[in-house]
Amino acid sequence: MLAALQETHEHRKTGSGTGGKVIASLHRASKNFGDVQALRQVDFTVRAGELVALLGPNGAGKTTAVKLFLGLAKPTAGTVSVFGGDPIDAEVRTRIGAMLQVAKVPETLRVREHIDLFSSYYPKPLPLAETLAVAGLEEIKDREFGELSGGQRQRVLFALALCGDPDIFFLDEPTVGLDVESRRQLWEEIRKLIARGKTILLTTHYLEEADALADRVVVINRGEIIAQGTPTEIKASTAGRRIRCVSSLDIEMVRALPGVIEVRRDRDALEIRAAEAEPILRELFIRDPILSNVDVSSAGLEEAFLALTQDHGNAREKTR
Amino acid sequence: MATVSNTFAPSSLGRPLSKTLAIYFKEAKYEFLTRLRLRAYSFSTITFPVMFYVLFGLVLNQKDAAIGGTTIATYLITSYGTFGVMGASLFGTASGLAAERGLGWLQVKRASPMPPFAYFTAKVALSMIFSAAVVCLLLLIGVTFGGVHMPLLDAAKLVAVLVAGSLPFCAMGLAIGYFVGPNSAVATINLIYLPLSFCSGLWVPIMFLPKLMQQIAHFLPPYHLAQLALGVVGAGQRESNWIHWEALIGFSLICLGVARLGFQRDEGKMYG
Repeated sequence: MLAALQETHEHRKTGSGTGGKVIASLHRASKNFGDVQALRQVDFTVRAGELVALLGPNGAGKTTAVKLFLGLAKPTAGTVSVFGGDPIDAEVRTRIGAMLQVAKVPETLRVREHIDLFSSYYPKPLPLAETLAVAGLEEIKDREFGELSGGQRQRVLFALALCGDPDIFFLDEPTVGLDVESRRQLWEEIRKLIARGKTILLTTHYLEEADALADRVVVINRGEIIAQGTPTEIKASTAGRRIRCVSSLDIEMVRALPGVIEVRRDRDALEIRAAEAEPILRELFIRDPILSNVDVSSAGLEEAFLALTQDHGNAREKTR
Repeated sequence: MATVSNTFAPSSLGRPLSKTLAIYFKEAKYEFLTRLRLRAYSFSTITFPVMFYVLFGLVLNQKDAAIGGTTIATYLITSYGTFGVMGASLFGTASGLAAERGLGWLQVKRASPMPPFAYFTAKVALSMIFSAAVVCLLLLIGVTFGGVHMPLLDAAKLVAVLVAGSLPFCAMGLAIGYFVGPNSAVATINLIYLPLSFCSGLWVPIMFLPKLMQQIAHFLPPYHLAQLALGVVGAGQRESNWIHWEALIGFSLICLGVARLGFQRDEGKMYG
């Protein structure tokens, strides 16, 4: 079962992405809160059947984008369209499932009662048993919300998003604050939705999450989209290797070596990011015979992401 | 993929009336269950008026003491009944609304296809149910232990008047709920609820208050509800009932107006 799901997912990663119709879009959408520009002229589309991760640091504008899609906020400029309509319309909303960041949910209702109530809002809800099964809540269906752990609470919110059997899901930081195991469990549940042919937009600041789940990653920072592509493409666009070694070499000298992108000193070690590791290592060994503790790793999505957002930030500073 | 590739034009919602009513009912049912299990609400809403009544109406009361022909035990059913209705209604609407607004839960519901009015109706229904429970309990205690004699019709009338009187305070609660933060809600409600009750003659019968306060009381909504209730047991201030109803209706409309401002301000924040 699990393998089958994985396979579907892999297949989708390579096979889909461009085929589906656009079912949700922001067109030159801006959103200001007072003087703060949360979004600046963002163009963004979600196609049927794909899982898009909106990736960015805190305050990048991810939640604002989700609120525009849900009709909880109106763009200051530009347009929002979901299923060709305005997400404020109740009929459009019956096809949308939403998982938002909530500080407090009524704690004295039982899990199945919460689901029963939300199911009643939709024209063709899933049977309760099915919602419980997909969200992995069967064993705790009679517990009051206030008695649940953080991971279980997130799964209930997830269940509320899916109980109406909507076509598109907007999941705002679904795994924030969860431990590794709960996070992986929720990932599995999100993959199950994709296997059912649903469309998902999720926001995250976990790069690993975008990498693990998404067909397409859209990187957002300071209200602007700064990169998008498959997780592989995002990584490739700022690919490189990371070298860590203990050396007393002068940091400026290392920085001047050809191919070095970035150097920083971490206690007695140097951390070097470079396009290729081998030429740099050769130079380092020649210049510092007592160089030790060499560790070479590939820059993960994390580095790619940091590089993207930082470069972007620097570019912005320069243009000011 | 077939599930998503059907028509993308919005189909008409056309929710049948029976389905809409079912949503309203469920919303109210679960609001009731939520609050019933929330001891801070269910317990204190019922206990405080009952405790006051037992203390001042039964324990500290001399037998057969009366105010203008109405026994104190009967009189206090109406005034503590008003007090209880006010508490059930203010806390039933304002504290929940303030918390759900301030801590993100209302936003989850708004993102769903819930009919927005169902949310408010549920809170009002809950407040009326608890109001009815308080008044019935006071009557039961009065009749059983306080020697209260009241024709069944009058008792039913009293319950009806007081439960209807829950509405102005629900309106007030909604107005408060839109303008207080989730953490300050309970303190703010108490700050309004308790002085207002005292000044309207709900704790100490109005004729025992200083003259100036008696005059001020005419501007306070609980006074008017208490007078309507007292009218049922023949102990009112002999003013026309219409004055009281008009005062309560006017007050409700003002509160609903304020609540609407808050609602629109929230929309503005959300939709602006």
